[in-house]
Amino acid sequence: MQSETVAQKPIEERDHVVIRFAGDSGDGMQLAGMHFTNETALAGNDLSTLPDFPAEIRAPTGTLAGVSGFQLHFSSADIFTPGDQPDVLVAMNPAALKVNIGDLPMNGILIVDKEQFTEQNIKKAEFTSNPLTDGSLDRFQVFEVSITKLTLNALNDTGLQTRAMMRSRNFFALGLTSWLFQRDIEPTLRWIESKFAKRTPEVAEANRRVLKAGYNYGETAEVFRTAYKVKPAAIAPGRYRNITGNAATSLGFVAAAQKAGRPLFLGSYPITPASDILHELAAMKGYGVYTFQAEDEIAGVGAALGAAFGGAIGITTTSGPGVCLKGETINLAVSVELPLVIADIQRGGPSTGLPTKTEQADLLLAMYGRNSDSPVPILAPATPADCFNVAFEAIRIATRYMTPVFFLSDGYLANGAEPWRVPAAADLPEVKVEFRTDPVGYYPFLRDPETLSRPWAIPGTPGLEHRIGGIEKDYLTGNVSYAPMNHEQMVRVRSRKIAGIVREIPPTELNGPDEGDVLVLGWGSTYGAIESAVRALQAEGKKVAHAHIRYINPLPPDLPGILSRYRHVLVPELNMGQLVRLIRAEYLVDAIGLNKIQGQPFKVSEIVRKVSSLMEKK
Amino acid sequence: MSENAEATTALNRKDFVSDQDVRWCPGCGDYSILAQVQRLMPELGIPRENIVFISGIGCSSRFPYYMNTYGFHSIHGRAPAIATGLKASRPDLTVWVVTGDGDGLSIGGNHLLHALRRNVDLKILLFNNRIYGLTKGQYSPTSERGKVTKSTPLGSIDYPLHPITVALGAEATFVARSIDVEAKHLTSVLRRASEHKGTAFVEILQNCNIFNDGAFANITDKDQKADAQLVLEHGKPLLFGKNHDKGIRMAGHKLEVVELGNGVSEADLLVHDEQDPALAFLLSTLMPPTFPAPVGVFRAVDRPPYDAAMGEQVERAKAKLGTPDLDALFNQGDTWDVAP
Repeated sequence: MQSETVAQKPIEERDHVVIRFAGDSGDGMQLAGMHFTNETALAGNDLSTLPDFPAEIRAPTGTLAGVSGFQLHFSSADIFTPGDQPDVLVAMNPAALKVNIGDLPMNGILIVDKEQFTEQNIKKAEFTSNPLTDGSLDRFQVFEVSITKLTLNALNDTGLQTRAMMRSRNFFALGLTSWLFQRDIEPTLRWIESKFAKRTPEVAEANRRVLKAGYNYGETAEVFRTAYKVKPAAIAPGRYRNITGNAATSLGFVAAAQKAGRPLFLGSYPITPASDILHELAAMKGYGVYTFQAEDEIAGVGAALGAAFGGAIGITTTSGPGVCLKGETINLAVSVELPLVIADIQRGGPSTGLPTKTEQADLLLAMYGRNSDSPVPILAPATPADCFNVAFEAIRIATRYMTPVFFLSDGYLANGAEPWRVPAAADLPEVKVEFRTDPVGYYPFLRDPETLSRPWAIPGTPGLEHRIGGIEKDYLTGNVSYAPMNHEQMVRVRSRKIAGIVREIPPTELNGPDEGDVLVLGWGSTYGAIESAVRALQAEGKKVAHAHIRYINPLPPDLPGILSRYRHVLVPELNMGQLVRLIRAEYLVDAIGLNKIQGQPFKVSEIVRKVSSLMEKK
Repeated sequence: MSENAEATTALNRKDFVSDQDVRWCPGCGDYSILAQVQRLMPELGIPRENIVFISGIGCSSRFPYYMNTYGFHSIHGRAPAIATGLKASRPDLTVWVVTGDGDGLSIGGNHLLHALRRNVDLKILLFNNRIYGLTKGQYSPTSERGKVTKSTPLGSIDYPLHPITVALGAEATFVARSIDVEAKHLTSVLRRASEHKGTAFVEILQNCNIFNDGAFANITDKDQKADAQLVLEHGKPLLFGKNHDKGIRMAGHKLEVVELGNGVSEADLLVHDEQDPALAFLLSTLMPPTFPAPVGVFRAVDRPPYDAAMGEQVERAKAKLGTPDLDALFNQGDTWDVAP
């Protein structure tokens, strides 16, 4: 399927392309998108993805509520976002067209499955007339492809039921777009083989045939005049793989536990969009990983804390509603000073909110959502691949400081993918875990003078038998104490211990001039949109810089100095303004927010527009 | 905190007494339970450092502070979850859970249920005094209907849970009952529990002399207890009464009390079988005044414990993998190289 066979049609070069696959939630758009992404990654492009799907597993077929989409941005240069708008839209039915067509720019490429534009489907999609014939699509390059018919034709001698054949339609779309952008379909064929060949060889054969049919259709049918090519990106040398945020998070946790030489114990209750971490880790038991699917969120974190008491690396994974339930146990971990990582893969809220959509609105929950003074360190990854580093760091901090640590990812990072430069295990930082064994001079709350952390003395160690609990403890012995001054001393030392984590924070990376008009300060998944916007503005000569923080509690020690050197500080967040509150409260800086609460990541243009309007302000 | 770490063989009761003052109300039934547990521990031959007591919140949950072992006084109702995490990752430890009727059956009912059905190798002691003691006297999920307390001045309208029935419903593999003041019986039940592989659930009827004095007086009073207690023994007929002259037999699908004589002999009585789930269930519903309260082991069956199964899965996966290699893990799936 390689280049020697595609020479018939001219190939046009592009710097970057944004493609969106859209269809019914049963149409397999996520799968098509994922494999197009994998082919693209192997072609050496930089890339960024945005899966966007409904919470319902199968909403009624053909309706607007059931539309599922997958957007991929790939490029020959560094890119940071899945793209503001698609250059190419693949719409598998009228509903998918209706939901997505507003994002396609003038002259954009639109590929539709012609057979799906039946009267009934058109009505379900709430069109008043057939968009393929009423002229409403005239401003686009429309390719009406008989995806349904060609799929059925390719399989007509297989003896499969029509319904079974229809399930391969996504592979036609994938094959066609693979040709259009000159992707090698070999990796997808390999995947089909490994996934289906053993148990359902007829499905493997159907998917293989339809994938090739789609590819060959692009190449031979007189429909597409040109194919496109995006050259490999000039990215840093090394070995790469494509990775989602949740997969990177899982690897980060396993790597840190391995470095610590301790078993990893995950206590978790399934919740969107965090469940994939449970699935990933359940498959890594060979690395000393214990996964416990608990009866509820509370038991998930409770079991993780119990395992930590026994000397394992205890972690729990969840989303906002789960964090609400875990609060009391997190507080217990604060009080008994045991290491624990709480991975909150944030989603839209409040309450059940938007389970499959992204938001960054749990920051203040992580910061303050427990009774009394209960400081917990908070770390946030910036990109899907960065989830690896930050998950690793969360465990390092938790064990070094004997504290629960929040890891704040979100739905966009969790499901989004990008190339990950695979690190060498030997280059990863040390995670030092030493259990106390010497009974001489042992007190459960005798603190390390530098980190203020207490010794980790695990059951099974002779002579160190002791009791811990959620009641206030004596500063030294850990015995129950209600003494007034002891309580104040304990509250203050717990706070000082967490504040002392500043010594772990590397200098804040700044992209842009040391001083200037606007500093765009971000955290978490807004990294890509902010970085792209700031680069675009800098290219116009604007004095704009981007700082992105991974440590939110405590905040980086160099941050106040940085903030003071710009006329304006802008904090874009996918919430009503949470980091901006912390910044204003902490530093008395007149930072202003840019807030979006639509379940969708920022578009680059939204940030560019806001910064530009600030530049004009005196 | 411990200062001494002598050889396990030489341990005695005092070695399990912590240096903390016991702060239960004078006359509380918990004192007796603590004494029996501390007495039993040296007998088990388990090194003190390998024993962990985990509790939730409530009067009973102060228990770990008084045991000179490892201990974790956690949060309300969650002890079974915390203990599950510990035991699953550290099967070498002996883990006891101490809970009460409020902690275990109200706020923590869910966790108790799931620990029982998973058969985690935990010894769970539920002190049942049918009242909230630490919050000063509200009715609990085991309080009798109509009970007048501070929060139910007109009488409780809740129907109570029966802990043994709940445990049997969750298919717990070891279910037993004893009484705070029956020291010998309590010790024998605790010993059986400690020997069981899997979740051992023991309901201990316990008096709260401050907020629910005489909670089980109709079962424990010296002059009537022979008629009010049915001591269960595997393979023995269900006999009770001062003169062993009463028994339990089947009448259709129900149990009935019969007096021996007049044509009724021991051969007519039910014989206790710890492996018969239907019998255990029927027995769990018996209560005075119509019936004696059964004490002893209702059910004891073998089933592989959760923690052992979890450990086996991990060990099998480790053996299959060989030496863990992070680099191999990182490079799984499709990778590509970018040349310098």
